[in-house]
Amino acid sequence: MTSLKTIKKRISSVKNTQQITKAMKMVSAAKLRKAQQAVLDTRPYANKMSAVIANLVNKVEVAHPLLKKRPRERALILLVTGDRGLCGGFNVNISKAVERFCRSNPEEFKQIDIAIIGRKGNEYLKRRNVNIVNVYENLTEDVNYQTAALLGEELSAAYTEERYDVIYMYYNAFRSVIAQDITRVQLLPVTMPEGEDEGSADPGYIFEPNPKEVLCQLLAKNVEVQIFRALLESRASEQGARMTSMDSATKNATEMIAKLTLQYNRARQAAITTELVEIISGAEAIK
Amino acid sequence: MAEKLKLEMVTPYGTVLSEEVDDVVAPGVMGEFGILPGHRAMLALLDIGVFSYLKNGKRSYVAINWGYVDVNQDRVTVMVETAEPEDIIDLERAKRAMGRAQKTLETLTEDDKEYKVAEAALHRALIRIQVANRGR
Repeated sequence: MTSLKTIKKRISSVKNTQQITKAMKMVSAAKLRKAQQAVLDTRPYANKMSAVIANLVNKVEVAHPLLKKRPRERALILLVTGDRGLCGGFNVNISKAVERFCRSNPEEFKQIDIAIIGRKGNEYLKRRNVNIVNVYENLTEDVNYQTAALLGEELSAAYTEERYDVIYMYYNAFRSVIAQDITRVQLLPVTMPEGEDEGSADPGYIFEPNPKEVLCQLLAKNVEVQIFRALLESRASEQGARMTSMDSATKNATEMIAKLTLQYNRARQAAITTELVEIISGAEAIK
Repeated sequence: MAEKLKLEMVTPYGTVLSEEVDDVVAPGVMGEFGILPGHRAMLALLDIGVFSYLKNGKRSYVAINWGYVDVNQDRVTVMVETAEPEDIIDLERAKRAMGRAQKTLETLTEDDKEYKVAEAALHRALIRIQVANRGR
């Protein structure tokens, strides 16, 4: 039988852990609210932008470097993860999805490189024999548009300079507090959902200064906006994942404390019983 | 033909404006232009500048950064990177930013990489000051 003292020690250590997980849950709940609002605020902008571009691409025949399709040989994957752990399978699941993609290589790329946002993705993938070209850390906590714009420019340049033929982005889309969807989008070359909004627009659209210029600027912007949105979605998902996992950790701790307390009481009772038996038998012996 | 324009201004950080207005004046890359109800469908790029709209006889001003405007059947959608209505602009801050940008510009030549950045910063600060002064 474990001694009373060790059980007591365990109980207090579990209680400590529970306090930490509880606090973390509170913190991420507060952060989640902010992150969630930011996601909802960006969605109209991102959606409208895609709608406008879809409209344009269907109407204007322009050979734009970001639209040009080349033989798909070299791919770059931009993986968006978090910088911190303790959020359940949030980082691991998406890193695994990327790893699986690299291993199976469904389109038979000759080369797949990975650029990672967030420390956790790097920690997982660096030991797994994949080609990591770039790691960006500490971007995920404080997301702003400038960061996304810089990243977007970098990727657009990599594409137009023909260093890569396809650029994918993996991120956790925020569906609800408890659910994240691992999402893969093709950033470049730009692909458009077919048949969206067709025919509704006026054929006599006026472009200022001219269609080509408008499209060029929009396409470049679109990459940035998509990355920005992915960063925000990923941040909200991370907080959501952390909140749920910390919640269940707290629950588990409560259960464990209940179990340990029961064990403690049993041990205490057993000790008392033994003591009593000793006293009584001692008294019997004296008679 | 509708009497009013449905104006919507969206930035990556959220919707700034959503109103029924009588007209819109926007700073296009080829110069300022106005939009009235019944305008043809149009997509125009916008420069850093002063954006304004008329509502109930009152003209309101917004300082905007790069973006574009989409006009379609009396719906005007303005997508900009930043938008600051006149009443939230901090005039002192804008003035400080202007001073800073001017100083940086003096130390640089046109060949420097930072020149364009500083120039844009100066431009934005000037626009902000302009908008703030008009609102008063």
